[in-house]
Amino acid sequence: MSRISKAFENGKVFIPFITCGDPDLNTTKEAVLQMASNGADIIELGIPFSDPTAEGPVIQGANIRALAGGVTTDKVFDLVSEIRKESNVAICFMTYANVVYSYGAEKFIRKCEERGVDGLILPDLPFEEKEEFKPVCDECGIDLISFIAPTSEGRIAMIAKEATGFIYVVSSLGVTGMRSEITTDLPSIISVIRANTDTPCAIGFGISNPEQAAKMAAISDGAIIGSAIIRILEKEKQSAPKTIGAFTKEVKDAIRNV
Amino acid sequence: MTNPNGRFGIHGGQYIPETLMNAVIELEEAYNHYKNDPEFNAELSKLFNEYANRPSRLYFAKKMTEDLGGAKIYLKREDLNHTGAHKINNVLGQALLAKKMGKTRLIAETGAGQHGVATATAAALMGMECVVFMGEEDTKRQALNVYRMRLLGSEVIPVTSGTATLKDAVSEAMREWTNRIEDTHYCLGSVMGPHPFPTIVRDFQAVISKEIKEQITEAEGRLPDAVIACVGGGSNAIGSFYHFIEDKEVALIGCEAAGRGIDTFETAATINTGRLGIFHGMKSYFCQDEYGQIAPVYSISAGLDYPGIGPEHAYLHDIHRAEYVAVTDEEAVEAFEYLAKTEGIIPAIESAHAVAHAMKIAPKMDRDKIIVITVSGRGDKDCAAIARYRGEEIFE
Repeated sequence: MSRISKAFENGKVFIPFITCGDPDLNTTKEAVLQMASNGADIIELGIPFSDPTAEGPVIQGANIRALAGGVTTDKVFDLVSEIRKESNVAICFMTYANVVYSYGAEKFIRKCEERGVDGLILPDLPFEEKEEFKPVCDECGIDLISFIAPTSEGRIAMIAKEATGFIYVVSSLGVTGMRSEITTDLPSIISVIRANTDTPCAIGFGISNPEQAAKMAAISDGAIIGSAIIRILEKEKQSAPKTIGAFTKEVKDAIRNV
Repeated sequence: MTNPNGRFGIHGGQYIPETLMNAVIELEEAYNHYKNDPEFNAELSKLFNEYANRPSRLYFAKKMTEDLGGAKIYLKREDLNHTGAHKINNVLGQALLAKKMGKTRLIAETGAGQHGVATATAAALMGMECVVFMGEEDTKRQALNVYRMRLLGSEVIPVTSGTATLKDAVSEAMREWTNRIEDTHYCLGSVMGPHPFPTIVRDFQAVISKEIKEQITEAEGRLPDAVIACVGGGSNAIGSFYHFIEDKEVALIGCEAAGRGIDTFETAATINTGRLGIFHGMKSYFCQDEYGQIAPVYSISAGLDYPGIGPEHAYLHDIHRAEYVAVTDEEAVEAFEYLAKTEGIIPAIESAHAVAHAMKIAPKMDRDKIIVITVSGRGDKDCAAIARYRGEEIFE
């Protein structure tokens, strides 16, 4: 059984996101280990991209800082190897199609397998374009994560039926970032998903605190938080990992038994 | 030329967030319906002719022809359209389509400001709300166009992310579209982005080559030997090429912005310096580094300052049907000044890239050969920047 499937075996799942190399790769590693030991079930590792079109200003900022600091795809692969020496937590890469395509999709995906990455999240790769990446992912045992959005409607069943790993349910319209309120009718979206697949689903976009995470986890299998973690890094920089660890624990405690 | 799945050879596709998928599918369905609807086409023709001043003239540049001493040169005067550029062709088509789809709000990106002005114009005409995203850097380079858009009732949002130029304006417009889809149509300004935009924009711009074909046949009794147009995303170029693609004897030449030279990093010449990638919804050629990070491109022309090229151009390049050459800032500025002095026509600095290439090849061609240059826009907007390039500060 894959690390991702295992992560969904024990109750609700917390998936924190972090951009690799913001402010530097050593801090990313420390933060990942802190998150893993404080209850994070799957870590979403962002490989920075120059033009992250699905991100709001907070994560855009992290991408720019990381690239300015000289982070490259190869350095991120090395980071994964470093993390794997100390942790067995499930890891997904979150990046943009061009980062994978430009590296050579097959080379990139095989390297994911070799270094111990479990899933690949590409927000600019919809269902219709996945054939370019999916066969190699399947061959390497890497889950190519599917998105379902508030606007998916008639597409939900089609996407859910072929989803592996977990389904990334986008909570709201727009880009990533913190929102005070989520108004989408998520329970009906999730009931259509449930009717079509056993693949678990986690909700992301706009979730920033333990209370929101608990609400989202209550109607799905887990919650994803990104911008709120980047905010901590923005503020505390190299000393952020401890705070991020504490935040992870708070969120995990809040969602564990909802 | 488009495959059913929106591909041009290997290029094109729909690399966009799931949130936008139903919006582009809905757009494609609406477009496929209306493109064959006589009433829609009659309305659009009326707007083209009575509002945008079509057909645009095909002007024989006699002095330029004599001066260069080679091929006969004709200028396709898209600069004489309402709002001063070819951009209005696409915008009237998309705004009309959006209106039929029940949308009440247009959003757009703009580089030089020509597409933004055209969109603001169509929005004013059709009573729609309009928001234009423009790189902060470009709002400074093209302050007059910012004023025009506001005068036309649009909101202009300066984009500060990334390099604060055209690519960032596109990214920001895409972000805004994911945020508000229900009442909003993204009026994309070039033959780029996810399917069906490259096809829709091409079809609305194809009026350029349709007219050239009729006009040159009328004037010369035959087709031209070459059609030359500048290429950023490539909308005026594909519009100028489209009806000649099957006429293999007509050379199709796209002029990319080389900026300070294709051997420098300060360039926007995608075909000449880029490689295959996936960005802004499409597979095509992009200026990028070895890890796929999109390059911060440069050109004196805000309208060509884009790191990618439309997928149909990428395909025409692959099959060697069109040739894409690089023209430097210096060459473009010289052509800008040359056309002003020789023919009394001030071209947009974008279009001056095409004029520059014609100046290179015309003298080497026989006098019985014919070149058509598309003057995609007028150059009033560029005067301050060109003066500055020549070391002169002018104040309006």
